[in-house]
Amino acid sequence: MTTTRLPHLLHSVSLAALGAVLLAGTPGVGAAAQPLPQTVGEIRIGFLSQTPEPPPSVADPAEPAADDGLAGAALAIADNNTTGKFLKQSFVLDSVEVAPDGDAATALRELAGRGDRFVIVDAPGATVEALSKLPEARNLLLLNATAPDDALRGGGCAPNLVHVAPSRAMLADALGQYLVKKRWPRWFLVTGRRPEDKLYADAIRRAAKRFGGQIVAEKDWTAESDVNRTAESEIPVFTQTKAYDVLVVADEVGEFGDYLSYRTADPRPVAGTQGLVPTVWHRTHEQWGAAQLQSRFKASAKRPMTARDHNDWTAVRVVGEAAARARTADPDRLIAFIQSPDFTMSAFRGAPLSLRPWDGQLRQPVLLAADRSLVSVSPQEGFLHPRTELDSLGYDQPETLCKTRGKTTP
Amino acid sequence: MTASRSTGISLAALVATLLASAASAQTIYVSNEKDNTLSVIDGKSMAVTDTIKVGKRPRGITLSKDGTQLFICASDDHAVQVLDLASKKIVHNLPSGEDPEQFALSPDGKSLFIANEDSNIVTVVDVPTRKVAFQVDVGVEPEGMDVSPDGRWGVNTSETTSMVHWIDMEKRAVVDNTLVGPRPRYAQFTKDGSQLWVSSEIGGTVSVIDTATRQVKKVVDFHIKGVAKDRIQPVGVKLTDDGRYAFVALGPANHVAVVDAKTFEVKDYLLVGRRVWQLALTPDQKTLYTTNGVSGDVSVIDVDGLKVTKSVKVGRYPWGVAVKG
Repeated sequence: MTTTRLPHLLHSVSLAALGAVLLAGTPGVGAAAQPLPQTVGEIRIGFLSQTPEPPPSVADPAEPAADDGLAGAALAIADNNTTGKFLKQSFVLDSVEVAPDGDAATALRELAGRGDRFVIVDAPGATVEALSKLPEARNLLLLNATAPDDALRGGGCAPNLVHVAPSRAMLADALGQYLVKKRWPRWFLVTGRRPEDKLYADAIRRAAKRFGGQIVAEKDWTAESDVNRTAESEIPVFTQTKAYDVLVVADEVGEFGDYLSYRTADPRPVAGTQGLVPTVWHRTHEQWGAAQLQSRFKASAKRPMTARDHNDWTAVRVVGEAAARARTADPDRLIAFIQSPDFTMSAFRGAPLSLRPWDGQLRQPVLLAADRSLVSVSPQEGFLHPRTELDSLGYDQPETLCKTRGKTTP
Repeated sequence: MTASRSTGISLAALVATLLASAASAQTIYVSNEKDNTLSVIDGKSMAVTDTIKVGKRPRGITLSKDGTQLFICASDDHAVQVLDLASKKIVHNLPSGEDPEQFALSPDGKSLFIANEDSNIVTVVDVPTRKVAFQVDVGVEPEGMDVSPDGRWGVNTSETTSMVHWIDMEKRAVVDNTLVGPRPRYAQFTKDGSQLWVSSEIGGTVSVIDTATRQVKKVVDFHIKGVAKDRIQPVGVKLTDDGRYAFVALGPANHVAVVDAKTFEVKDYLLVGRRVWQLALTPDQKTLYTTNGVSGDVSVIDVDGLKVTKSVKVGRYPWGVAVKG
């Protein structure tokens, strides 16, 4: 890291004001009189975001919104405060944005200095891991909201780190179960040139092994040039291979994956990072009350909720739900409660979310979505697990490589 | 909150009892959430005799106290529609606030309590004047509503806040809150008003709350062999007037649980259609109807025999159900 941009801690005031407006916007009589027994208190949540520099050329020209992610956290703070007013609990979000080459450690120290014991980290895996090792982070709870790296849940795990975003293994397993259930077991794996693409491909290979898929062919997409204008001639040639059922693509930033559909040599569907995508959220998802969250988000952010927004919403709600359930604002008790088997919460995906004690990963269903429609929700029926079917996604207790977290029975 | 709440036994129901027939001269109304219609089922032939076009995304429905009108939450029209049952025409709308989902009628039939899901508010409408009497702030995503038989309490459950909010009718304000399992969907008072039963969809439980103290006195849990725990998602609850049973619709578990309302033991699980949602008892308490969203039908349950006797195909995503005796 060469240059250091000072983090700007300017969001907390405006967010608090936004929360106040949201609360004041509802007419009617205020509540209270004989509230529940509780600890009165303020709970401060830090929000540290770092968005990597996008590559110069991606297939989809639509840029993410400037408040992608943060808008989800802001809505969750408003949700927490609506519940909190009945419990005399209030929630404040301190937001800090770190430049792609900025100093995340200093930003974390500043948040800790403000008394934030919970810090949502919306940043690449390397940043998450570095922050979790800081001495100042020892008595914080870091909530990894977006980094999918399995290594962070394995060898890189930490007792002060929990993972709200599903891991790549969970995403790949969610997709793999569906493809196997559809009896499309022969996969042609196309992997991009970036390190995260290799990790995504590894997760797909692992899913194939677990659920009876077969990688019948593999190719690496190495072109550094933008194939926008040449895709129609290049991709039919590139995709000539052995007989397969589905082309599975690993291209996390979206350099070429979007060009594959409708251009393959054989008429085959595309899935993975493009095409049919495993994700936590999709704008067409409306089951299990999701329609309500979609419309609440649209009303506050004036745009549809993205997967990143949803991850950040969930991370802030984890703290809010724990505070309501444990009826305390005491950070030490909340940190313990979140990681206990008693903690569960709802996140509009049809099954309760809870933390896996062996690696701190939030158990959760994963949506499978096409561009304009929700296709399915995993775990798929028939993929059984003695504890909960949600544990058929990702690294189960016997497989975990995490050594620094308690291996208590879940 | 359907006709099961009405106290008097109608003549038709009495005749039905005497003839020991399942039902007679009863009419069942079902709202079809994704068809924007109501299905009308004849209680004798168990056939759909009419389909009535109503507003967008009809969900909760309830009969007026005199049984001549049906109130319909037309969620996407942001209105409560009033259907005249004789002419089968919408006669007017009531002001409802944003996105009404469920509601409850006060025992005197004059106040309608409406949960406004998108705006974290309960709207109380004065039915005779068709005006909003007052609104109260509640938790995130208000859903279940009921009014205590003595008219003192209006209760609302908020799904994301996971609480029951107790609205004091005289003070017109929330005066107490009870925390229950995640995502509470439905609330019903016992006939004597001493208990409130509340289902928690994601918690997979039903909380029985003592009205006097507003404390949870019992949590009912469900286990069905061969069904994963997290697929057991309680939604609709119906209590028989005699205090014998509580019926609980278990959503995607496709079963209705039969709970002994005195001991809180689960006696049985009845297999019904897919994604069972809401329930309604006939005024004679002999028959229970369930709406099954995914299979698009209504299951008919014989209450004395605890048997599913029939299923009736209705529209797409049946949601609410009300029985006119």
